Amino acid sequence: MNIIVCIKQVPDTTSVRIDPETRTLVREGVPSIINPFDMFAIEEGIRLKEKHGGKVIVLTLGPPQAEDALREAISLGADEAIHLCDVAFKGSDTLATSFALSAGIRKIGAFDLIICGKQASDGDTAQVGPGIAVQLNIPQIIFVRRIEEIQEGAIVVERISEEGFDVVRSALPALISVVKEINQPRLPSLKGKMKAKKAEITKWGIAEIGVDPGRVGLDGSPTWVEKIFSPPEREAHEPWHGEPDDLVKKLADELEKAKII
Amino acid sequence: MAWLEVVAEKCVGCGACIKACLYDALALEDKLAVVKENCTLCGACLDSCPFEALVMRKTEPPAQVAESYKGVMVVAEQKRGQLQSVSYELLGVGRRLAEDTESSLSAVLIGDGVDSQAQRLIAYGADRVFVAQSGTLGLYNDESYAAVLTRVIREQKPEIVIAGATCIGRALIPRVAVQLQTGLTADCTGLDIQEETGYLVQTRPAFGGNIMAMILCTRARPQMATVRHKVMKALAPDENRKGEIIRVALDEKELATRTTVLKSVEEAADTIPITEADIIVSGGRGMGSTGKFSVLFELAKALGGAVGSSRSAVDAGWVPYAYQVGQTGKTVQPKLYIACGISGAIQHLVGMQSSDVIIAINKDPEAPIFKVATYGLVGDLFEIIPRLTQEIKSRKMQ
Repeated sequence: MNIIVCIKQVPDTTSVRIDPETRTLVREGVPSIINPFDMFAIEEGIRLKEKHGGKVIVLTLGPPQAEDALREAISLGADEAIHLCDVAFKGSDTLATSFALSAGIRKIGAFDLIICGKQASDGDTAQVGPGIAVQLNIPQIIFVRRIEEIQEGAIVVERISEEGFDVVRSALPALISVVKEINQPRLPSLKGKMKAKKAEITKWGIAEIGVDPGRVGLDGSPTWVEKIFSPPEREAHEPWHGEPDDLVKKLADELEKAKII
Repeated sequence: MAWLEVVAEKCVGCGACIKACLYDALALEDKLAVVKENCTLCGACLDSCPFEALVMRKTEPPAQVAESYKGVMVVAEQKRGQLQSVSYELLGVGRRLAEDTESSLSAVLIGDGVDSQAQRLIAYGADRVFVAQSGTLGLYNDESYAAVLTRVIREQKPEIVIAGATCIGRALIPRVAVQLQTGLTADCTGLDIQEETGYLVQTRPAFGGNIMAMILCTRARPQMATVRHKVMKALAPDENRKGEIIRVALDEKELATRTTVLKSVEEAADTIPITEADIIVSGGRGMGSTGKFSVLFELAKALGGAVGSSRSAVDAGWVPYAYQVGQTGKTVQPKLYIACGISGAIQHLVGMQSSDVIIAINKDPEAPIFKVATYGLVGDLFEIIPRLTQEIKSRKMQ
């Protein structure tokens, strides 16, 4: 089966630190990584390929350095990599991004399954997956934690809900987004790393995927970031030391004062 | 076209913007900030400049927004025929937005056998409720729900549409927004009307809660947002409130779908899910084993809350993934979060640092969790938690 995995390169938000003097966020020198949720998508794609045959194509939209993310995906076992890269994509919101990605997927041609990570750790929107499904007019299953089976042109999965999970069957081709629970991603092999170094990355701009520049980038994005600001600082007190009984009394008094209990 | 401009007359070359950039896309050349080609126009640097030397420019076609869009619409959520509490919260904020825009508040309810629920939506603030009912709409379905909702929005032309940022909302609403070719802002924690323009100002956390973004949808209608559960307040219900219930005629074609829910399973039914809880008692590496989580369950029960965990407790197999709070788990914002034996890695903090009150209990006084804790207790959680449970029980009895 032909599997397309959509990935995004993101800043590693977990290495953002706080400047002890100015108490502001220091974002300089933050390394770029594959979005953590996309690691599960790549792994699931590779596992399906190992089980059912076929190939895994990784697709990303991003600036020139996003190529590193594609090479990493190849080192893990992806077969081909496509990079949608064009200055016209700059500032794309989720509508414009899903439009461009779906145009890229149409150019790739026939596929059975598209796998996305649940959401990207920088934007946290989880909107691009469903956006691609609509633009390609295929069914979607969002927040999948397990693939039960794939056969006769259909996929059966477990999808998480607030209370537990749903077992859902969908016709293929379809798009699924996956959560962490689905697998434990592998590490790249030495052979994979060698392959990644030499791999040819296909680069497509707006001309290659045949999209109107007005539909992508800021021009194609109905939403506009008006302002970015730091969240209000939390009021934190010095931790208390002492005997458990005293600590508990002191805490219960505070909670009662705050009308929590 | 759009670009980030450095106003040369204002830039002093201090480098503050370089520190603010997540993409290493700003540099200093001849004591002047320059924008490199890998800039993604995310805007994170704009606020960092003390001299207002960074400006986002764009050539934009003038906003052409149809005047005919009016009113606020709430997408109600039901499961097994019962309204989910997020629906009431949406009506609470929807009511305020309707008043600020001098318009009315409607709700859309899709399901099967949900008549009595429509009346409740009116009691909580809706002026009109559009009810789409069918035997095939009892369980949530991405395609049919999106088709019905898209058509209702096309016909009613609301200026604002809001829905819950729940598992269903986050699957359904992006489909609808793309079909309508309009903007959508995910997981908002604040919604207000901008006085000068009348635009909906959508505030949301990004980069794992490290920054907040204010987003506008200036060029398309409706303005759509999903809203984080437990952040907005519901109004007190008024059973005498009058409203209109309108049946939505359904087209067979809209109900056609390529996906089927074979079964719906509830797990961990002995506790409320962490996304529904006002109080969460979470355990981390310091718990040591599955069995020892029982002290947390007892405290959660005494407080009427839920039990959560850090990633390490899930990875160790002590509790299921559904309990996990943090970057690869769930983001929660309860009134009270009690972190027990959790050191406070940034991956965990991004999932809970917006909680109203945070209590941390940890042996290590240097644990980073204390930096965000309203109250920090240094000590052995197995000595402290059972005593706290007892203390709360006895105070509740009084």
